[in-house]
Amino acid sequence: MTKDEVKQVVLDIIADIAPDEDLSNLKPDVRLRDQMQLDSMDFLDIVMELRKRHGIEVPEADYLQLATLDSCGEYLTPKFNALASKG
Amino acid sequence: MSLSRIVITGVGLTAPNGNSLAEFRGNLLAGVAKISRIDVRYMGQLLAGVCTYDPLRYQKKKELRVGTRAGSIGIYCAREALADAGLTADQLARDRTGIFVGITEHGNVETENEIYAISKFGYDTKFWSHYHNPRTVANNPAGEISLNLGTTGPAYTIGAACAAGNLGLIHATQMLRLGEVDFALCGGVSESIHTFGIYAGFKSQNALAHHEDPNRASRPFDKARNGIVISEGGALYTLERLESAIQRGAKIYAEIAGYCVNSDASDYVLPNPGRQAECVRTAVARAGMQPRDIHIINTHATATPMGDIQECEAIRSVFGEGCPDTSINNTKSFIGHAMGAAGALELAGNLPSFTDRVVHPTINVDDLDPLCALPGLILNRPKSVDRVDTILNNSFGMLGINSTLIVKRFVS
Repeated sequence: MTKDEVKQVVLDIIADIAPDEDLSNLKPDVRLRDQMQLDSMDFLDIVMELRKRHGIEVPEADYLQLATLDSCGEYLTPKFNALASKG
Repeated sequence: MSLSRIVITGVGLTAPNGNSLAEFRGNLLAGVAKISRIDVRYMGQLLAGVCTYDPLRYQKKKELRVGTRAGSIGIYCAREALADAGLTADQLARDRTGIFVGITEHGNVETENEIYAISKFGYDTKFWSHYHNPRTVANNPAGEISLNLGTTGPAYTIGAACAAGNLGLIHATQMLRLGEVDFALCGGVSESIHTFGIYAGFKSQNALAHHEDPNRASRPFDKARNGIVISEGGALYTLERLESAIQRGAKIYAEIAGYCVNSDASDYVLPNPGRQAECVRTAVARAGMQPRDIHIINTHATATPMGDIQECEAIRSVFGEGCPDTSINNTKSFIGHAMGAAGALELAGNLPSFTDRVVHPTINVDDLDPLCALPGLILNRPKSVDRVDTILNNSFGMLGINSTLIVKRFVS
């Protein structure tokens, strides 16, 4: 998967957990929590949906890696590709 | 001790056959029941009273995703009650507003959903939702209402099986009289149709109603009654001390006249007519009334073969034959058994009788069980009466909890 595809995966999850938000203008390099109403429980939703939908595990120590869409792409793309190569 | 006079100044509700008091009352007078068939997990199609209110009227999509159905019903009812009382959430004294919500149970729905969800992942609990605890704590429905309204006074539920709707009003009355709050939102809610466990439990008890025509299934007092139709719903009231209601020029539906809550201490599920009669008798006495002063008795009867007979025995022992002005009805025949909301909804359906002087009937009685043939029972068609000054509302529940609430026409 490309980084852009991974970012779209994260965006799809965010669209489900924050259904009242307009995501069309999210800036990829700005912290998600600074651009939209996203509390710690919502953040855990992202982690849970990555696990449920894609089998991706994000250890608590790495949560900061999911701060922005760009950092999500950087951090998650190798995980998605490692999973695909196992697959 | 002189007790403050407590009055009802607003009503918000959702019932299977109405999302406002006007719609609900209209259907009770027109004989319109509304029972559906729904898919119940593991059990197939079963009868249920389903509410059709618009949850997005007062909640965001995210609140609905995170919260519970009971919380959503509570929020709808609370907002509707406030609007009916001529108030907005912003006008409330936030720390002086109490929220007291009766529930039969809470957490079954959410726990069953999580177990079902992790069953898709080999029962691996790492897929268990982090929302499980806030969804299942017993105060959830009241807490969701306080979050939605932004009130900071006491907000909690009252677990009282199927007596809970009355208990919400009774507890609010007590809190207002104690001066703990100045304004209360109170009543009961239920999301029970979303749990298979309650269906399966009643089924194992042989207490679940069945009928070809869903709207004919809930038939208290009829010889062919065969059990309970489970429903969701809610009714919340705004309660105030009389002086504050008068000061702000509020519309007053009724005044709390008396109440009683007691316990059978005799069985897990079987009612006890002796204790029920004591509950009714005590409430009437506390209201400073005689049985003949009660103009409407709204029965709890759920259409189980024995339960209806036992409540009738209790009523007969208190009211006997000497109460010619007492009418008796039942609301579950229209909407099924709304569990924690039942008492609150059933009172609401009768409140308009103070002004229209019509008593709604109990429907679906084709062949009256002689053991339920109480004098004054209003069967199948509404009845116009000369006056309605008092309504007595019975709600009883498992583990032997009984509640009777009496309200009276407000007279300044």
